[in-house]
Amino acid sequence: MSKPLSFYRSYFLSKTMSFLRRRNGTDSSKTRVADPNIKKDGAADDDKKKDEYKIPQRRNYGSKKWSCWDNCCWFIGLICSIWWFCLFLYNTMPDSIPQFVTMAITGPLPDPPGVKLRKEGLMANHPVVLVPGVVTGGLELWEGRHCAEGLLGKRLWGGSFGEFYKRPLCWLEHISLDNDTGFDPPGIRVRPVTGLVAADYFATGYFVWAVVIANLAHIGYEEKSLYMAAYDWRLSFQNTEIRDQSLTRIKSNIELLVATHGGKKVVVLPHSMGVQYFLHFMKWVETPAPRGGGGGPDWCAKHIKAIMNIGAPFLGSPKSIALHFSIEVRDIAALRAQAPGLLDKDVLGLQTFKHLMRMFRTWDATFSMIPKGGETIWGGLDWSPETETVNNSAKKGTDNSTRNTGGNGNICNTKGVNYGRLISFSKDWAETHSSKIERVDFKHVAKGDKLTNSSNCDIWLEYHEMGNRAIKAVADHKVYTAGSILDLLHYVAPKLMARGASHFSYGIADDLDDPKYDEYKYWSNPLETKLPNAPDMEIYSLYGVGLPTERGYIYKVAPPSDCSIPFQIDTSVDGDSEDSCLKGGVFSGDGDETVPIISAGFMCAKGWRGKTRFNPSGIRTYNREYKHAPPANLLEGRGTQSGSHVDLLGNFALIEDVLRVAAGATGEDIGGDRVYSDIFKWSERINIKL
Amino acid sequence: MSSLRRRKPINESSDSKHNEEEEDEDHDDVDADGDDDVNGKNKKTPSKIKKKRGEKPPKQPKWSCMDTCCWFIGCICITWWLLLFLYNAMPASFPQYVTEAITGPLPDPPGVKLKKEGLEAKHPVVFVPGIVTGGLELWEGRECAEGLFRKRLWGGTFGEVYKRPLCWVEHMSLDNETGLDPCGIRVRPVSGLVAADYFAPGYFVWAVLIANLARIGYEDKTMYMAAYDWRLSFQNTEVRDQTLSRIKSNIELLVATNGGRKVVVIPHSMGVLYFLHFMKWVEAPAPMGGGGGPDWCSKHIKAVVNIGGPFLGVPKAIAGLFSAEAKDIAVARALAPGFLDNDIFQFQTLQHVMRMSRTWDSTMSMIPRGGNTIWGGLDWSPEEGNSCAKKGEKKNETQIADQAGSENAVCKAKSANYGRIISFGKDVAEAPSSDIERIDFRGAIKGHSAANTTCRDVWTEYHDMGFAGIKAVAEYKTYTADSLVDLLHFVAPKMMARGTAHFSYGVADNLDDPQYKHYKYWSNPLETRLPNAPDMEIYSLYGVGLPTERAYVYKLSPHAECSIPFKIDTSADDEDTCLRDGVYSVDGDETVPVLSAGFMCAKGWRGKTRFNPSGIRTYIREYNHLPPANLLEGRGTLSGAHVDIMGNFALIEDVIRIAAGASGEELGGDQVYSKIFNWSEKINLRLDEEIPVHSSR
Repeated sequence: MSKPLSFYRSYFLSKTMSFLRRRNGTDSSKTRVADPNIKKDGAADDDKKKDEYKIPQRRNYGSKKWSCWDNCCWFIGLICSIWWFCLFLYNTMPDSIPQFVTMAITGPLPDPPGVKLRKEGLMANHPVVLVPGVVTGGLELWEGRHCAEGLLGKRLWGGSFGEFYKRPLCWLEHISLDNDTGFDPPGIRVRPVTGLVAADYFATGYFVWAVVIANLAHIGYEEKSLYMAAYDWRLSFQNTEIRDQSLTRIKSNIELLVATHGGKKVVVLPHSMGVQYFLHFMKWVETPAPRGGGGGPDWCAKHIKAIMNIGAPFLGSPKSIALHFSIEVRDIAALRAQAPGLLDKDVLGLQTFKHLMRMFRTWDATFSMIPKGGETIWGGLDWSPETETVNNSAKKGTDNSTRNTGGNGNICNTKGVNYGRLISFSKDWAETHSSKIERVDFKHVAKGDKLTNSSNCDIWLEYHEMGNRAIKAVADHKVYTAGSILDLLHYVAPKLMARGASHFSYGIADDLDDPKYDEYKYWSNPLETKLPNAPDMEIYSLYGVGLPTERGYIYKVAPPSDCSIPFQIDTSVDGDSEDSCLKGGVFSGDGDETVPIISAGFMCAKGWRGKTRFNPSGIRTYNREYKHAPPANLLEGRGTQSGSHVDLLGNFALIEDVLRVAAGATGEDIGGDRVYSDIFKWSERINIKL
Repeated sequence: MSSLRRRKPINESSDSKHNEEEEDEDHDDVDADGDDDVNGKNKKTPSKIKKKRGEKPPKQPKWSCMDTCCWFIGCICITWWLLLFLYNAMPASFPQYVTEAITGPLPDPPGVKLKKEGLEAKHPVVFVPGIVTGGLELWEGRECAEGLFRKRLWGGTFGEVYKRPLCWVEHMSLDNETGLDPCGIRVRPVSGLVAADYFAPGYFVWAVLIANLARIGYEDKTMYMAAYDWRLSFQNTEVRDQTLSRIKSNIELLVATNGGRKVVVIPHSMGVLYFLHFMKWVEAPAPMGGGGGPDWCSKHIKAVVNIGGPFLGVPKAIAGLFSAEAKDIAVARALAPGFLDNDIFQFQTLQHVMRMSRTWDSTMSMIPRGGNTIWGGLDWSPEEGNSCAKKGEKKNETQIADQAGSENAVCKAKSANYGRIISFGKDVAEAPSSDIERIDFRGAIKGHSAANTTCRDVWTEYHDMGFAGIKAVAEYKTYTADSLVDLLHFVAPKMMARGTAHFSYGVADNLDDPQYKHYKYWSNPLETRLPNAPDMEIYSLYGVGLPTERAYVYKLSPHAECSIPFKIDTSADDEDTCLRDGVYSVDGDETVPVLSAGFMCAKGWRGKTRFNPSGIRTYIREYNHLPPANLLEGRGTLSGAHVDIMGNFALIEDVIRIAAGASGEELGGDQVYSKIFNWSEKINLRLDEEIPVHSSR
């Protein structure tokens, strides 16, 4: 019953207040006056004395209640002590120990590329501009509502996201933009963080650019020769100039970099959405002054040596469709399937999803990721660039698919997959030949048949205005390709798309000399603009391959309920075989988990290769692919051979390429194209006028 | 786990419970059992334990000690977490409520107040931080600095100073010859507003000002922190980092992106000198300068709002360079003799600090300029007649002084000879100049090496001086601003050789002399002209009402190996002349005396003078120091101290009004508490453009 602990404690413990008790504890540990009673009961006298104490005290205080409490304290104390001790050891440990341990386990590590290339004698040469992508750049608060007091100058996005947990609604209010203008709501100013810290780490310990920066530093780069072109990635590209003059700042800083480096041109490293942002910038900077930067027609030729696009969604990403349509991606859909209700129910009264969707839909920049080029690029009902046409015999199709996948590490079996159908309602419609599908046109179905009781949804979602009939009409259309997807989005979210359409365009230009293409909404679409006149420039597309990447979805109509999104990815649908590309309602293709190869590679493989109408000056282009290999063990963290969208920035092979180009190498010097996938063959199948 | 646990009690009890352990014979046996016991207890097998306890009573005391410790720590942790939780769950406005309950309603911060008045962001703002306050980060280092890539070496928590002090000193020092980084080390300034918003966590520099500017609509794109490596000489920041070019480009960008509105520049401390240098650089033609053309400043700058500007240097810099001491260090040494001098940890702290700070060229920009003309000669000084009386009152008001009010009358009788910036012995400092016999030190031969100067690893040039040199220095007895420069040349020739290549401390006779085109004169307001920008305004904002170091009484220190041979004589006290702990004080902001901060705007540049040919308007705004009323106010909103003044509400309000478009007249022109205009009158400096017959003094 009575544990020795509580018993001994009972000598000096006060019975009522833990506070008092604690103080007694201090005394006992500091002064020796209190000690003899406890410590010296080895001696006979003390034993006796102790016995005298013991018996009554056990009766009085040695009850279960106190011993439990004390044991808790004891246990926590023990843990803390050990923790501190370990912490102390960790801090005093020489820094090289983790490396030793890793080496002992995995064998000698390769030098980081910076160290390796430094030994080869590479030195910092061209200044480097980093253009971060969507989501990875930090945002900080400059003016807020009452609920955000004390957060001035603190990061709302990036960092620890501490405020997100502390006051989620306040956070949502500040990070959302205004629906009508696409800018901050009045009274709120959230601005991008500037400097290298803007996107070196996204969250604590989750590197984005940090590894690249560190390796550049090894060969002599420093703050003055690096520039992070941070911008507010929530805004549409042109609005970043209107609100923050971001494009002007980038122009001015690039000019400064060139001037302070003795006229050496910059190497630009855009990542993810930054790729499109930089395309937009290049058009903007050469456009005359009121609408553009007024840099003159040879600004790019004078200031840019090379653009090394990393994980570039030149032609958009199907993922963004699912995000726009039902704010789901594969992971979220899978999570919902495993724990239904967790996300759908109003846990904590927050209606998580709808809030996120509402926030997300206010961000104009997300429209830039909607697939561009329509059916010409992404495939129609019965064909897609990644697969042989269904007209071929089944056997041949299988051969092709195995050949396709053989090279890229068995992503999946593409047999019978119609990648062109980006959204299908049910698996049958995804597989049936187009001639057998009866599609009902949804565009003219009147909306307004309100969902029951949608008045008490305080959340802005245009779905509430659609009505049951419209939802049914959408589902009855059954299959959507890249072309019709746009109509669909226009139909389900007209206000949203109206904003989007004024800033972005998704088509293919017939005649690039048409004066309408001077408008800024075309600037970020590589299929509707010409590259600048800069024959000495080089364009690289560096991207990861070997990871399943979302390419098409199977949807279902969700059971109608209050304030919920009426469409969901049908996670119950799986392919016929083990290695089928269809898993959890998602068709996967090869890519870097976010951007399919066709989007990242097509422009450099075909659209811009040689002198084409999109590339009149014949800028040289190179495709560099990096095959994904997962980290060998946990010690490697996110791996040095990863091919996934963000982790690619820690890929040693990629960093080595980047360093070599920054140090002055040309595309030929680093080996020209490096391709694992069938991007060239796929590009061939795309029938586009060049 | 269990082994760790066992180790703990031994460690903890080893010192205090040593005896008792010796008493226990079966101590070792128990140890193992004890482990089982603890585990057993956790597994809830109390009966067994009870039994065991009965059998072996001696084992229990040992465990009880460790257990109590654990229990005690647990209690503390729980309480701590509870408090932390409460603190985090507490609404953010709670501390304000408490403060208001105690001190009455707080005034609105100036940003809020002025926003209510309808002020809005107008002119873009450029901050130029001072010495020491800017952060420095590591870009390339030696082996010992592994893992510190892009971590702050200077600013932030200074964690590395404690962890690996020698490594830190090595990285923070510059090369003695070039004044740039040593080979293989690249320490670079942090850029962006974060460079100097907080110096260390919780110790604001620019943060309060930035926050208040943000209230009226400023944000990242309208504010620019002109961060530079404050260790380098000004021109070297351009040579190594192209910092001046970057500032130029960024100011141009600010003007361009804000619809052509000129910038308001806010330099602080040494940034004031740096910006003077910049203004000359930017208009100088291309190879040596920025090539901005002769009207760059008038096109791009609306106002220069200097905060705590040491235009004419600070006497503190001399003590720093001469013996690596300032008032505070000297007092610490007096209180705990031996603490700093002895080689605790074998670090030879002061010598290392001195060695490091002597490699920083920029410290030489703070040496008093203008010589005896400005700072006074043997028997006069502009501040003479200034007595403790005024300060005594002030101190009484502010309740920081221990001086009694009765002394006020006495003080006027005698005045300190502030012109003697360094005196050897209190007698010398007070005697009339005719009584002082001075032996010129300049001819003295050095080289008679002090015994055993094997401490080569600590580089201070004193080791080269020898007894004769040291003695000669002391026998010259008293040094004025002019002879101080000679003194520094004598004791530290290498350092001053570097210094004079980058800075100059004189007064120009003829500003048209082509020699003044050299960049080393650009940061000295007495050897350059202001740019031709009649619409520009120059403000000098500084704190007054704090005793500021102005002159020192030195002594020769007992000669020991590797120690600095001169020390401030902290035993010298004289309440009549404001001599305390060997330091004569005058009015100022604790670092910069009023004379240095105010003279140029009060007289040197006032109206059309030869230093200010286009007649740029100048304004002096002084802020009287009031200490914070209580601890809750932190560093106070009425402070006049050199750095804390950046949180002074009155100053912030002035700055915001200027940024929002107000002119100096609209602010109310000069606001003066000190006798700066009187003192300036006493300085005999020719201000008209004529070619001099011959300069006096």
